[in-house]
Amino acid sequence: MIAALIVIALLGAWEAYARLGSVDDLVLPAPSEVGAALWDDRGLLADNLLVTAQEVGLGIVAALLAGAALALAIHLSPPLRRALYPLLVGSQAVPIVIVAPLLIVWLGFGIAPKLAIITLICFFPVVVTTLDALAAVDPEQRKLLRTLDATRLQELRWVELPAALPGALSGAKIAVAVAVIGAVFAEYAGSSEGLGNVILQAIPQLETARAYAAAALLAAFAVLLFTLLSLAERLLVPWAHRDPDWSTRR
Amino acid sequence: MTSSLGMPSAPRQPGATRPDAVRLDAVRVSYPPRRRGGRALLAVEDVSLSAAPGELVALVGPSGCGKTTLLEVVCGLREPDGGTLEGAPAVLMAQRDLLLPWLDALDNAALPARLRHAPRVRARAQAHPLFAAFGLGGFERSRPYELSGGMRQRVAFLRTLLSGKPVLCLDEPFGALDALTRAEMRDWLASALAREPRTTLLVTHDVEEAAILADRIVVLSARPARVRATIEVPLPRPRSATDPATLAIRERALEALRA
Repeated sequence: MIAALIVIALLGAWEAYARLGSVDDLVLPAPSEVGAALWDDRGLLADNLLVTAQEVGLGIVAALLAGAALALAIHLSPPLRRALYPLLVGSQAVPIVIVAPLLIVWLGFGIAPKLAIITLICFFPVVVTTLDALAAVDPEQRKLLRTLDATRLQELRWVELPAALPGALSGAKIAVAVAVIGAVFAEYAGSSEGLGNVILQAIPQLETARAYAAAALLAAFAVLLFTLLSLAERLLVPWAHRDPDWSTRR
Repeated sequence: MTSSLGMPSAPRQPGATRPDAVRLDAVRVSYPPRRRGGRALLAVEDVSLSAAPGELVALVGPSGCGKTTLLEVVCGLREPDGGTLEGAPAVLMAQRDLLLPWLDALDNAALPARLRHAPRVRARAQAHPLFAAFGLGGFERSRPYELSGGMRQRVAFLRTLLSGKPVLCLDEPFGALDALTRAEMRDWLASALAREPRTTLLVTHDVEEAAILADRIVVLSARPARVRATIEVPLPRPRSATDPATLAIRERALEALRA
């Protein structure tokens, strides 16, 4: 209720500023104009949203898998930790704006370079949060598994993997926002479709409202993904938020 | 670790009909120094004790005296620095229930069977009859965070029992519970062990609990733990906390603790 009021107030302020202020509507279209563009260009926007959504969705899944696998490898092997961790941190310092066009040259104009870019910028939060969750595994639970004669592999299966799952999912939630930005970057670098491409085309055509409409759709899509991940969290790891014991240990 | 422990090979004492299920001889445990150049911490010094099959031996002592360390040695989770350990495989039940929050209550109790590679359906079917018998009927599908402290401890005890090991090491199993639940759980444990007899080492700092449950009470000193007194408890069961004979045992144990 209050959330809706806040959104309405913000939109109202924006509308008032755009209409009453002396800002050219080629720079800042009013929400009503953006809304009109959303409706008028719905076919174009929907087709391109589908493309970008596919890139981001698959990219998040790839990042979740790659991030969890890397975290596990680092967790299980101290030499791998020493070798890989600096590389992973370094990979985040690579300026994606420079790398994106190279990846396009290398992988073509299809979905492959977009997935590569999104995965590259999204796996890192997953690795960090998963590793944190693995490091926070209760040592007493390990002792329990040992007194029940569990093997190292069983300890992984029964204690460490379930304990790491909430971490991996929070990492994915953090990654959602940057994933959308990554998709737009990737489309800027070379593409013939997607909402990033729509924005890229709309600005020189002076269709600013359409560009804003595309950006609004991207934002809404990020919110949707975030909500879906929160829902998945509630279904997959119900204990992580309810068990008071557990939350204080984390 | 525990698998390397065969059945007891110690010479039987004259008159003893059964070999000991657990036997510690002059066990010494020290922790390595925390800092380089620091002193090693002696946790257990020269402790000898034994439990015959089916016997419940209570270990009482001031907190931090090394009781937990002693149980870890018995369960093969820690190598002693000196002395010998003989006996059947032992399983540790910690003060915290340590139920896995991602499993329901029945899956938690069935965990030992799953670790022995039993399929889930069979493991659950094995654990299920004990649920009703131990006052847990109807809570099979509850998640640990939905259970009260006493219930969680029951599930944890069931899991310990279902490990199938002949010796149970209970480390202050009711230490985290409130006084009322604690008294209730004490009676529950007595009836559970009457139903499923096991050799049990029970660490507690509650002498009343020891007097009611134990066949023998071993009083330990402050760190490093040494055996200060051994009190036989030849009372019939079930015992009441207010019974003069129980109270007398309790007094003797308290006296030995204070000495």
